[in-house]
Amino acid sequence: MDGALGIALGLIASGDPALMQIIMLSLRVTLAAVAIACAIGLPLGAALALSRFPGRGAVIVVFNALMGLPPGVAGLLVYLLLSRSGPLGGLALLFTPTAMILAQTVLILPIVVSLTRSVVEDLWAEYREQLLSLGAGRWRAVPTLLWDGRVSLLTGVLAGFGRASAEVGAVLIVGGNIAGHTRTMTTAITLETSRGNLGLAVALGIILLALTLMLNAAAWGAGQWARERLG
Amino acid sequence: MTAIYEPAPAILPLTLENMGYSAGGVPLLSGVTLRIPAGRRLIVMGANGAGKSLFLRLCHGLIDPTAGRRLWATGAARAEAQAMVFQRPVLLRRTAAANLEYPLALKGIPPHPRRESVERAMARFGLSALADRPARLLSGGEQQRLALARAWVMRPQILFLDEPTSALDPSATRMIEEMVMQFSDDGITLVMSTHNLGQARRLAQDVAFLHRGQLLEHQTAETFFAGPQTPEARAFLAGDLVW
Ligand SMILES: Nc1ncnc2c1ncn2[C@@H]1O[C@H](COP(=O)(O)OP(=O)(O)OP(=O)(O)O)[C@@H](O)[C@H]1O
Ligand SMILES: [Mg+2]
Repeated sequence: MDGALGIALGLIASGDPALMQIIMLSLRVTLAAVAIACAIGLPLGAALALSRFPGRGAVIVVFNALMGLPPGVAGLLVYLLLSRSGPLGGLALLFTPTAMILAQTVLILPIVVSLTRSVVEDLWAEYREQLLSLGAGRWRAVPTLLWDGRVSLLTGVLAGFGRASAEVGAVLIVGGNIAGHTRTMTTAITLETSRGNLGLAVALGIILLALTLMLNAAAWGAGQWARERLG
Repeated sequence: MTAIYEPAPAILPLTLENMGYSAGGVPLLSGVTLRIPAGRRLIVMGANGAGKSLFLRLCHGLIDPTAGRRLWATGAARAEAQAMVFQRPVLLRRTAAANLEYPLALKGIPPHPRRESVERAMARFGLSALADRPARLLSGGEQQRLALARAWVMRPQILFLDEPTSALDPSATRMIEEMVMQFSDDGITLVMSTHNLGQARRLAQDVAFLHRGQLLEHQTAETFFAGPQTPEARAFLAGDLVW
């Protein structure tokens, strides 16, 4: 263990190219997934909050339930979609970073949708008459509500980022853990540990932990800042 | 300083014909027939729960009557040139100045004239020093002044105020009353609820007295304060609690 920690710190300190490549790919995949999930999930969640249609309750329950979707199942879903005989098989996306982005998007989207729905719904109850009075109809209110809910929403988005960067199952299934191509921090940790190559695994573990810490610090700091500055 | 109005079609008088509102089968307001002419100050009085807020929300068009009619002079059911200051105004989580810009942006007014209007309104309501402060962190009195300024930039023909001073101390209350009078001096029609008798006497030209969802009296202030016709209004003026 001492040896592994020493090697790990050495790898981090020297900026080992293989290590860096894995970190950059992981970040790229997860950030892209978060961006896509937000682009879809924020408006979708807000629309769900403000609209009334039959079956709305069921849609909300499904999204809430999907927040707990096991990563392996999300991976399997995307795998079936992208496999050669699947509906999107022609795109030849399986075992590429794009497939991993897709899988992680599936994982994060329910978090963003559900959280946005609940934040926007609460805000709308408080703001509805005032915004109508100021001349903002229901749909024009969406950007206003998203903006005023930005601090709570940011916390949720960071939670989504955390979930995606920590999961193994989905990226392993659709990415295939190909060295230099689809190997992420979590899949590399799994593989290197099983191979007994603890140095690299520990180095990646340290980086992941540091990343999680930084994210939570950022979320907490944003909340504090908002309370003081925005009321 | 007087406001320069765009030539907008006159939306007043507002005519209420047998207007009523019920929720879940329970009538909360019923049989309100009333005409609100341009340029007057109408004070809506009544005890807690009498239906004052409901009456204002119906007039303003935030909710629609479940019985009877609400008619603007333009023939529309909801008129543009109105504003309302709520019992508890909702300020957006942005600076005081940005709160004033918001309704102007909604109207599609371009950034430059928008900012000029905001600056003028800030100065008029004594808020210039607070322009860049987050609106939610202002004091209660400052927030209420900001809500008035926000109504002002919208250049309404009619302004509804729902107990705008109920949470304020006497000096802040005086300040708000003076500002309300300035709206009136500029020709803006006012409809304001209060259960502060002194305030009603200071501001009213006309009085509407609500009791348990019914409009019991509608007179000029002079007539009303000299001798209300219903026992409920007499008891209210005498300071007895009316239910
Ligand atoms: N959506 C609603 N559903 C059921 N009851 C309602 C609803 N809105 C208002 N009420 C009831 O209607 C009555 C009148 O309410 P309103 O808020 O107009 O009173 P108010 O005269 O403004 O009182 P206050 O002086 O306390 O502000 C109250 O009994 C209130 O509980
Ligand atoms: Mg009220």
